[in-house]
Amino acid sequence: MSSSVKWYWFASPQTFYPLAGRIALACAVGAAALAAAGLYVSFFVAPTDAQQGDAYRIIFIHVAAAWMSMFLYVVMAFWAAIGLAFNTRLSAMMASAIAPTGAMFTFVALWTGALWGRPTWGAYWVWDARLTSELILLFLYLGFMALQAAIDDRRRADRAGALLAIVGVVNVPIIYYSVQWWNTLHQGASVSLTRAPSMATTMLTGMLLMALAFWLYSIAAALVRVRCIIRERE
Amino acid sequence: MISAIRCVLRRDLLLALRRPSDVATALLFFVIVASLFPLGVGAEPNQLRAIAPGVIWVSALLSSMLSLARLFAADHADGTLEQQLLGAAPLGAVAAAKVLAHWLVAGLPLVAIAPVIALQYDLPAPLYGTLALSLLLGTPVLSFIGAIGAALTLGLRGGGVLLALLVLPLYVPVLIFGAGSVDMAAAGLSALGQLQVLAALLVVSAAFAPWAIAAALRISTE
Amino acid sequence: MLEASDLELERGGRRLFRGLSLALAGGELLRIAGANGSGKTTLLKILCGLLVPEAGEVRWRGQRIKSLREEYARQLVYLGHAPAVKDDLTAAENLSIACTLAGAAAAPQAVREALDAYGLPRSDVPVRRLSQGQRRRAALARLLLSEATPLWLLDEPFTALDAGAASFTGELIARHVSRGGAAVFTTHQDAPISAAVARVIELA
Repeated sequence: MSSSVKWYWFASPQTFYPLAGRIALACAVGAAALAAAGLYVSFFVAPTDAQQGDAYRIIFIHVAAAWMSMFLYVVMAFWAAIGLAFNTRLSAMMASAIAPTGAMFTFVALWTGALWGRPTWGAYWVWDARLTSELILLFLYLGFMALQAAIDDRRRADRAGALLAIVGVVNVPIIYYSVQWWNTLHQGASVSLTRAPSMATTMLTGMLLMALAFWLYSIAAALVRVRCIIRERE
Repeated sequence: MISAIRCVLRRDLLLALRRPSDVATALLFFVIVASLFPLGVGAEPNQLRAIAPGVIWVSALLSSMLSLARLFAADHADGTLEQQLLGAAPLGAVAAAKVLAHWLVAGLPLVAIAPVIALQYDLPAPLYGTLALSLLLGTPVLSFIGAIGAALTLGLRGGGVLLALLVLPLYVPVLIFGAGSVDMAAAGLSALGQLQVLAALLVVSAAFAPWAIAAALRISTE
Repeated sequence: MLEASDLELERGGRRLFRGLSLALAGGELLRIAGANGSGKTTLLKILCGLLVPEAGEVRWRGQRIKSLREEYARQLVYLGHAPAVKDDLTAAENLSIACTLAGAAAAPQAVREALDAYGLPRSDVPVRRLSQGQRRRAALARLLLSEATPLWLLDEPFTALDAGAASFTGELIARHVSRGGAAVFTTHQDAPISAAVARVIELA
């Protein structure tokens, strides 16, 4: 009983503000530490790949960023749905705060994917299934942000964005599946950036470290942004 | 509820009939866009035949989206949308009726004109059937999904372009399976799988989109 | 019949009202008065269920209108600021559609009679060609077909009407109330209703 009371206490933007600050600081420090560890593993510990040389190392950032971009969209849709169902202001603010970070990771995934593609396949962009899905995901993020920016009334902006995010999250698997099918139809199974070199344990460790670092960074960034939004609105 | 749906359907069709130029401009847009591609990529017959399904589908998509912007805007402007919100029938049913009317006026004609465009691109005649069927199944889905966007962007500045940004990513699966079905048929394979996926998308969107459209209308008018 | 308690709403950064309560029984007439921009239309929309207030709730016959949804909508007629008629349809078509949508389809004869009572011309012209006053009268003609609907919510019903039409409308409202119905209307001018007005809510 007491735990549920505590939860509602922190659901008020006023009381959440200082807590968010403390969590953000802790996560930022953690993110920096994990990123350092992850980069160390990627650049120094993981072995040089037989076929791709050292250029493949960018996969550590690419895969982690792609995971985060998809994970953050689901989290954003989750907070948006909570805000819509329970009419809580803070949940809607969290959804709006997560969006720019999610968009950024999507962009990083696309960019690192292109950088990987150049030395590996000879072209920056090969319409690989995963990269194309990431591109559409970027449009979904940007659409969410554009819709919220276009609406002056805060309440309508929150709720409209929430509905869009929910419709988006339902469509993401459908889009992903359709792009996969499209890729096999037009390109055959030859070109695929998703077929990573067989994973040595060190490579997996490196990727997980980067993913965790990105995750903590996202929490920190979103909380900092939520504090800005709280200051703006209240 | 049925009488209300019939009433809304009749009303929207009557309004479209009294303003035939609106309908005609959307169709003309479809034809013009499809005619631009050869001017852009060159008129090499094999190339045109290869890109025809995709070009026709993209043109249909854009034309459908253009006419969607007006779906709720007119009713919102003269106050009749409020009356529909206060109607005796569930808002989802009213929304579904409006989408159906929109499709009959802006989607179905595309299915009828598509073979003419296909002729321009020298698409082999046996593929016309698959093309028409894919459009028949896919254009209602475009109307349903697009209506959600139209309801969300009701009354906003930058309306049409914003609607495009929101809705085009969601159109991708329909585009892929729609054009893909004709490509499969062109390669001599069966397009049944893709058409079945389109049919499934149609059923799912017809079942869930009206709820989302109603929610979006309430959000936009509160 | 109609109760509102502790309504609170903020619009455009301004708190329009807080802790607003009202109650309306059958046979009562309520007038919402106030200067332009004071929130009269907004309050009326909250009473309809078109807007959701930040706090407080509206109840119809004891039940929250949020849970009643369409049942509540069937028991009211709302005539908003705009005449809510489609320009491309005739007055008769507009009226019959409005009635069907509200759940009480009207026979063409009844529609014709209602329009005649308001002095609208018989010719079937699209509403686009009618004057402002005629458009408003075409919208108000719905009241003649809504005698069975208990609650009337009217936003500035007397705008753009000449003296004759305004007093006719006033009589309609008075008759409705005397038959046991309830009516709420907003106006920033004097209401030409002969019957005594039950209550006035003045919005700051």
